[in-house]
Amino acid sequence: MKAAVIVFPGSNCDRDVAVALEASMGAKPLMVWHRDTQLPDLDLIVVPGGFSYGDYLRCGAMAAHSPIMREVKAKADKGARVLGICNGFQILTETGLLPGVLMRNKNLKFICRDVHLRVERNTSDFCRGYAAGAVVRFPIAHAEGNYFADAETFKALEGNGQVAFRYCTKQGEVVEAANPNGSLANVAGITNAKHNVLGLMPHPERLAEDLLGGSDGKAMFDSLVEALR
Amino acid sequence: MTKITPELLASHGIKADEYKKILEIMGREPNHTELGIFSVMWSEHCSYKSSKKWLKTLPTKAPWVICGPGENAGIIDIGDGQAIVFKMESHNHPSFIEPYQGAATGVGGILRDVFTMGARPIANLNALRFGDPSHPKTRHLVAGVVAGIGGYGNCVGVPTVGGETNFHASYNGNILVNAMTVGLADKDKIFYSAAAGIGNPVVYFGSKTGRDGIHGATMASAEFDEKSDEKRPTVQVGDPFTEKLLIEACLELMATDAIVAIQDMGAAGLTSSSFEMASKGGLGIEMDLDLVPMREEGMTPYEIMLSESQERMLMVLKPGREAQAKAIMDKWELDFAVVGHLTDTGRMVLKRHGAVVADLPIDPLALASPEYDRPWLPPVKPPVIAVEDVKAVCPAEALKTLLACPDLASKRWIYEQYDHMVMGDTVQRPGGDAAVVRIHGTNKAVAITTDVTPRYVLADPYEGGRQAVAEAYRNLSAVGALPMAITDNLNFGNPEKPEIMGQIVESIRGMGQACRELDFPVVSGNVSLYNETQGTAILPTPTVGGVGLLEDVTKSATVAFKEDGSAIVLIGETKGWLGASLYLREICGREEGAPPPVALHRERRAGELVRQLIGDGQVLACHDVSDGGLLVAVAEMAMASNGHMGALLDAPSTLPLHAWCFGEDQGRYVLEVRNDDLASVLEEALEHDTTVRVIGKTGGHVISVGGRAVRVDELVEANEGWLPGFMGDEIAQH
Repeated sequence: MKAAVIVFPGSNCDRDVAVALEASMGAKPLMVWHRDTQLPDLDLIVVPGGFSYGDYLRCGAMAAHSPIMREVKAKADKGARVLGICNGFQILTETGLLPGVLMRNKNLKFICRDVHLRVERNTSDFCRGYAAGAVVRFPIAHAEGNYFADAETFKALEGNGQVAFRYCTKQGEVVEAANPNGSLANVAGITNAKHNVLGLMPHPERLAEDLLGGSDGKAMFDSLVEALR
Repeated sequence: MTKITPELLASHGIKADEYKKILEIMGREPNHTELGIFSVMWSEHCSYKSSKKWLKTLPTKAPWVICGPGENAGIIDIGDGQAIVFKMESHNHPSFIEPYQGAATGVGGILRDVFTMGARPIANLNALRFGDPSHPKTRHLVAGVVAGIGGYGNCVGVPTVGGETNFHASYNGNILVNAMTVGLADKDKIFYSAAAGIGNPVVYFGSKTGRDGIHGATMASAEFDEKSDEKRPTVQVGDPFTEKLLIEACLELMATDAIVAIQDMGAAGLTSSSFEMASKGGLGIEMDLDLVPMREEGMTPYEIMLSESQERMLMVLKPGREAQAKAIMDKWELDFAVVGHLTDTGRMVLKRHGAVVADLPIDPLALASPEYDRPWLPPVKPPVIAVEDVKAVCPAEALKTLLACPDLASKRWIYEQYDHMVMGDTVQRPGGDAAVVRIHGTNKAVAITTDVTPRYVLADPYEGGRQAVAEAYRNLSAVGALPMAITDNLNFGNPEKPEIMGQIVESIRGMGQACRELDFPVVSGNVSLYNETQGTAILPTPTVGGVGLLEDVTKSATVAFKEDGSAIVLIGETKGWLGASLYLREICGREEGAPPPVALHRERRAGELVRQLIGDGQVLACHDVSDGGLLVAVAEMAMASNGHMGALLDAPSTLPLHAWCFGEDQGRYVLEVRNDDLASVLEEALEHDTTVRVIGKTGGHVISVGGRAVRVDELVEANEGWLPGFMGDEIAQH
């Protein structure tokens, strides 16, 4: 698998995801500066977490207009896998690669803690390593993770099986009490219609090593390596 | 030209005798800009004029210390060619006036102190003290400070891994925000601030200079009065996005060999950074202020020199390297300007619109700043409170009350607003004895803690100073780390009052003694005085930030009970000391008595024992005994465990039950030990000449002692409920 991580001014999970990728791939991913306009032949592009452009204006809004994003879109259209984590998810919605929007958390605060997620669909290259319906633990760390889409868009999303992860209890119940940020229908991550683009607010790269408290996230990177080898 | 009047001097915080000295140094009357420069350079905040004499008595050397106090931050050697750079600094006054920006820029400032030296910041911590929860301002201040720390730290992408938060009425009008940063550097790539090379370019980079924060250092060196809110314009505004760019740009530039010297612009901005660089190098600087990147038009030399706009740096480059450095700053979209050059005159010459607007001798300002031997009164030793004079209540009820009191209540509401995992090396998250952060790409880790018990320091500054250092030593040992060095942040009231000066002198003496006996030197620090509002001082709060090293990160202990039926072992001696305890304050409503004494030789032996047992894998869980005593420590281990595992405790017949449960005797740890390892643990303890005792076993879902019991679930609810309830938030699901 050949992978690249896009680096924007203010990205701060670029190294973390590169470490997790390297552990699964056995090679370092390419780190690409946002002003670049070309990408080599790639299987996977990661848009990492952080505060691109300080989250000024609106999360992800300025990064969505970085020169490299035109190329990311072009590659995605041709079928490359694109993974947006946290701020990366926000950027992907701003570029239109994924539908919907991420609003301010319901409690108006930044939240950093482990949450449980139910794997809603395990047929994408990102999630094959998980059993369908499995409950996994990933951390969240965001102030704007409250997913919203209009009724029509959301209906299509659900109909297409584009909801990849939902916030749930430890036991796997998708209930309001397990929803950390007010997301519509507890949505934590979605794919595009072709399932080659995944955006999610929780950070799989942060729990991909037992020493750090868990390794549920590792299966996502292993799945990609397996699918794209 | 502005006339120097007594009113102008007073507004600059310059005393009559100091002005006399200024006239001597200048040989003429200073102009307004020059007076402003003297005022900030000689402010308590920048000059340490009241504390210098005593700070010199602290031990600062050890074979592993690379750089002690005097530079931007302290540096210790952690082997394998790597070094840890760290410091703690206060941002008390600004945080009270404008909590969000005050706290945010406090984080920004301490980060710069660390990356200025060539280190990548790897962890932030914060020691916070707020007023009484019932005070009308407290909630607003907590909300603002926490949001400010998070807003800044989260955006720059440095994990906020620990700290402490206390509440006490003495901080009603004067909260404390002490921010600590720990960074990692290559030992042979450390950058200092001493300018060198006559003619070399002096370069400004980072954000533009605006009119914000003018006189911040002077404000931070004065007491508050009823008009303090009017000082809001002296608080700076932070831009964490620019700081993040600055970190990356600095580290990228530092990877080249273009830099001769570098210094961040902290308190007193361009003034203190340029004076410090020149003074340390024994050189002069000539600067053309027209070249300084400015946010606003028409700024005067006075405003340019005294602005405390954030995210700015000053450096001396090797000649001819300007283009290389500028290219890096351009990449990161930061301002870059050659603003002057080094001279051999030993003078600071500033020009604006082609004319010399200030011409000052550097060393008399920077080195010969006033030093006071202020009169001080030895603190009066409070009486020792006898156990019999403290009422006994049901230990289960008292435990529940204590765990829900503001000082012991869970601080989850705070640390979950901080990104404590970014950078992917946080091995022990907030909530334990010390944070553990792996050294990236290695199997080693640093342990980090902040500690002080202000009520002990008030009762007896000398004992309290010793205790603050000993507790940091204990917290690091409790996770298995070898304590290496400390940074200190000395927060006190007005040093011109002899009783306050007595607190300063005695607590420094206590800290120094503990540091010496524990081989735990001070490598950096900061002093914040005049923490008074309308004449009332804060509790004396010399915060200690301790750093320890784990050679093998997998050999670390956490506080959570692990296994049903294992032995609970108490290390250290218990006499049932209730004076100045939390039990006395929270249960009996009494703030009095001598604090528990620290026996440093025993402290050291107990620490060595615990570290050895953890390293040998004989410890399932470990927690130091501090605020609230033994029962609180055991309850915290139970509450942290999976499934809220309980403990069945014995009580000795030789001590009243409340003294056994809640006494705050020092130098103690609670260990969870497998029954198979128990004999060897007890043997090791005897070999270390340390008091040891099996006090019970884990299991069940209650904490039970002396025939009384309380469910761990109930304790968790009380412990987790207070802060969200106080802040008016729903309690998060876990």
